[in-house]
Amino acid sequence: MTTHTGEHHIISFGKLIAVWAALLFLTAVTILVTRFDLGGLKVICALTVACTKAGLVIAFFMHMKYEYRLLQILLIVALVTLAIFIGLTFFDVLYR
Amino acid sequence: MTHAPHKDYAGAKLGMWLFLFTEILLFGGLFVLYAVYLARYPHEFSTGGHQLNVVLGGTNTFLLVTSSLFAAMSLTAIQQNKRQLTLRLIGGTILCAAGFMVIKYIEWTAKFHHGIFPGSEHILTGPPGESVFFSLYFLSTGIHGLHVLIGATLLGVVARRVCIGTITATDFVMLENSVLYWHLVDLVWIFIFPLYYLML
Repeated sequence: MTTHTGEHHIISFGKLIAVWAALLFLTAVTILVTRFDLGGLKVICALTVACTKAGLVIAFFMHMKYEYRLLQILLIVALVTLAIFIGLTFFDVLYR
Repeated sequence: MTHAPHKDYAGAKLGMWLFLFTEILLFGGLFVLYAVYLARYPHEFSTGGHQLNVVLGGTNTFLLVTSSLFAAMSLTAIQQNKRQLTLRLIGGTILCAAGFMVIKYIEWTAKFHHGIFPGSEHILTGPPGESVFFSLYFLSTGIHGLHVLIGATLLGVVARRVCIGTITATDFVMLENSVLYWHLVDLVWIFIFPLYYLML
């Protein structure tokens, strides 16, 4: 980690604007798709698009794609913790 | 490191990320509550969700995504030593944040006029599922709105420090961490918007 200081990854304006355009496109898609009565599929579509958008924001806007390994592992640990939290809650709620 | 004041760039950023993880778990908890009650009261949640304004919610999504772009660009700008541009981009981010809060104010005021607010008669005497929906709506968007205000204030402080030259092209970790916080605000809204406005 000591070798890390000094070299910072700089993301170009072009790339950031491309990510922004992708985020707006995905927002438009999710608004359009959820206008139809799709039942349970609507929830899956909305959440899939939201997770994709979140991935783009974390990877590029938050520089996680270019971050050192420790931070990336910690992010995964935090997300897995959240997943276990959600999973165990539903295991309890659904089988009561 | 021969500089007089000790700076730990990696450590500062690691600390910020650890804080952001606790924020993710905070909002994650609210989303779990939402999911559990959605499973219990699907119809009441649907009635509640259809009372929210998709156009206003969509506009706010646009504002936050754009503010996030400006924030990310401001980090690139300071790294390239473009101070004026950095300041303009941070200004753009704060303007978008202000726009977001104005729309939030309009939305909440409209709800209040319809007698929908925490503890109101409409909520207390209505079906239990709907009161849970609106309680969670006000709690989630309220805590999120608070984060918008804190983030915008933080960026204001950062802008001042760029002005007086304590944040520079070689020492920008405070700007980077504040921008990270701002992205988290955007990240949370990416989930609040479909959960409350779209998929019900």
